[in-house]
Amino acid sequence: MFLKKSKKFLIFTAGFLFLLGTIIVGVSLGSVSIPMGASAQILWNAIWGIPTHIDETYQTIVLQIRLPRAMLAALVGAALAMAGAAFQGLLRNPLADPYTLGVSSGAALGAVLVLFLGWTLPVIGDFTLPVVSIITGFLTLFVLLGFVRFIERKLTTETIILAGIIISSFLGSVISLLIALTGEELRQIISWLMGSVAMRGWDYVWLMLPFFIVGALLLMASRKELNALVFGEDTAKTLGVNTERKRVMILAGASLLTGSAVAVSGTIGFVGLVVPHLMRLLFGPDHQSLVPLSAIFGAGFLVITDVTARTLIAPTELPIGVITAIVGAPVFGLLLFHERRRRIKVT
Amino acid sequence: MIHIQRISGGYGKEPIVKDISFHVNAGEIFSIVGPNGSGKSTLLKFIYGALEPMTGEVNIDQRSLSSYSQKELARKIAVLPQHTETAFSFTVREVVELGRYPHQKGWFSTNTKNDEDMVQHAMKDTGVEAFAHLPMDMLSGGEKQRVLLARALAQEADILLLDEPTNHLDISFQISLLDTLKKWTLDKKLTVVAVLHDLNMAAMYSDRVLLLKDGTEQAIDKPAYVMEKEKLEDVYHTQLYRREHPSVPSPLISLVPSENDHSFTSDAIDQLSIHENKDHTLISSPDYWKTLSSAVIGAGFGWHRLFINRHVDKSYYAEHPEEEFSHYLQTQQLDVADTAGMMTAARLEDGAAARLTDAEGDVFVYATAGVANAVDASRAYKKSSSPVSVGTINIWIFIHGTLTEAAYAQLMMTATEAKVKALFDKNIKDPDTETTATGTSTDSVLIAASQQGSKYDYGGTISVLGKKTAKAVYDAVCQTLDNYICRK
Repeated sequence: MFLKKSKKFLIFTAGFLFLLGTIIVGVSLGSVSIPMGASAQILWNAIWGIPTHIDETYQTIVLQIRLPRAMLAALVGAALAMAGAAFQGLLRNPLADPYTLGVSSGAALGAVLVLFLGWTLPVIGDFTLPVVSIITGFLTLFVLLGFVRFIERKLTTETIILAGIIISSFLGSVISLLIALTGEELRQIISWLMGSVAMRGWDYVWLMLPFFIVGALLLMASRKELNALVFGEDTAKTLGVNTERKRVMILAGASLLTGSAVAVSGTIGFVGLVVPHLMRLLFGPDHQSLVPLSAIFGAGFLVITDVTARTLIAPTELPIGVITAIVGAPVFGLLLFHERRRRIKVT
Repeated sequence: MIHIQRISGGYGKEPIVKDISFHVNAGEIFSIVGPNGSGKSTLLKFIYGALEPMTGEVNIDQRSLSSYSQKELARKIAVLPQHTETAFSFTVREVVELGRYPHQKGWFSTNTKNDEDMVQHAMKDTGVEAFAHLPMDMLSGGEKQRVLLARALAQEADILLLDEPTNHLDISFQISLLDTLKKWTLDKKLTVVAVLHDLNMAAMYSDRVLLLKDGTEQAIDKPAYVMEKEKLEDVYHTQLYRREHPSVPSPLISLVPSENDHSFTSDAIDQLSIHENKDHTLISSPDYWKTLSSAVIGAGFGWHRLFINRHVDKSYYAEHPEEEFSHYLQTQQLDVADTAGMMTAARLEDGAAARLTDAEGDVFVYATAGVANAVDASRAYKKSSSPVSVGTINIWIFIHGTLTEAAYAQLMMTATEAKVKALFDKNIKDPDTETTATGTSTDSVLIAASQQGSKYDYGGTISVLGKKTAKAVYDAVCQTLDNYICRK
């Protein structure tokens, strides 16, 4: 189940080069512009621990300010895109992604509780933030699927999304209410709800990384099963897939990725929709390639988006979610259109 | 191979399948038939473990179904689903490769050389190789079905389960699918269990059939035993007929429309009208008669309402008499499909008719005869044979009543015996042997019944109908022979 080996190698190489390119651009552009060659050299030397003879300020900007930001954007982008690909395959629904399903909102509620109410759970300490986000995200997913199954057994595309939007707007309002009650400025609320990877530093990268790795591994280990699940649970079973176990693995993996991403960056919408869709268009629907390619290109996509968000109307910085929504919402509309057309053609 | 013991169950509290037991042998095609909602698909789901039975047990190769892991089971049983729709369009090769999943181990396994070979092989066997790289949604229904079959084949399972596999397929695809399966059961020792809704497909391809009604077993045996008229009528609540397939040894089920507009308003014989001219005698009826005949046009069993006895010259010759006759009918503006037609070199004006009517039945016979080439059947082996289509003694028998096929066959004998006796009594001789003739070399008989009114099971010489027919035939043949002899 794969593209021709040589072609596959080429595509992955291109993906990594694209990601690397976006990171170099990401660390070079900004209020202080740094030549790309210089930032590339700073990065190269930093990786191998070689001392660099370039302006110290540049080094600080690149390694301490912009690189963690780019890395965080990359992690969040990869996480959301992989989660999106997994949700779409599992639910057989091209419109599903962490945002449209309301999972992001669920995770955000958890993050808000920790951030704005100052919760800290014993034992896990700093990891309270991602852990609570992941749990609330996971719970939201269960409420959503339970709710949809309650409405109808068949899990229709539109019903899932409609339920996701209902849950999403409800939770969004609860979050706004909570933040307003804590007396924070409204502008900050919007900024957080629209998502941002600004001013987080290396701490947030380390905070997210372990959950990212576990989540990514869970999904990478379920790629073949995702292919089978696209044909429906009954068929997947007859092909030998232990559907109960795999479903939990996939939902857990996607929740880990979504929850940890939302915990460090707020709700960034549509990444999980746009990226897997584009990958499918370019390289086909086989999850064996789709999942890792979504991760690579999702990472690059969000790094570039972040650069755009902070340079478009500089010095004012846009929430990154604004850019993803501007790109994502029309794509969502287009997908809905195609989905309806396809269904009409079939029936 | 598969043992089902006293299985009951369904989706809710009420069982859909009730206390079913059967076994399927290796290399067998086993069909499950029954009306909608009789539990066919549910029963199949128990076999591949998609549904848990309330009571009873499924054993595959002497092992309980529940003792198999999902992958183990997929190596044992492959399932061909009714149809597949996916949100994303995989290529044909990708779909077929999914069939290798149960043979792969570990979380990050990749395809081995063996997997690749099996996929290639499966695509070749099902004839989908040519579009291996095409996305599924560009294929037709039949092609999609073949791809899914390839996927099932790539699973290398011993057992293949099919849930109404011929649904949505046109006839040629249905046949090619079932032909392929039949071949695999022979070549690869594949065992097939299929839910089928087409009784004739089930009859033609199955070794054994399970007939279900309301989740209970009605019959389980070879198709010839299961497909009995009364049994099927009871299960399907519809009128149907069973015949034998014309070219393969299997039953053939025909349905009868409940709104059957085939009905004579009164005695069918009263509605016959006869027109004569110098070329032919035409007996026509407003409605159809079921006929059994040796006529040139419409031989064998058929339904006709125009009966034509055409006079041709002794020297008549046509390479394809049927074609020539059809052409003749067209020039007379007669519908060939509605017509039973005979040819005779005898004079039409010598023809004679006889009708016997009483409370027990109504028989009408029309006959024409010439005896120039009379033959004694017992001495005929001495003659050289030549194929001829021009009839000499033509006998047309019309009966108002409903006849069984046995009655038709018996009436053929009865009519022949009556004819032989007429020739005997008129002392007609075979000119070559100088012995009493039994007929001529080109005689023809048609028996037409209105299939309305009284039912006749028998047509032998002393049956109610046989007696009348024999007498009418004897009278008509004697009369036409007298006419023939007088004229000479």
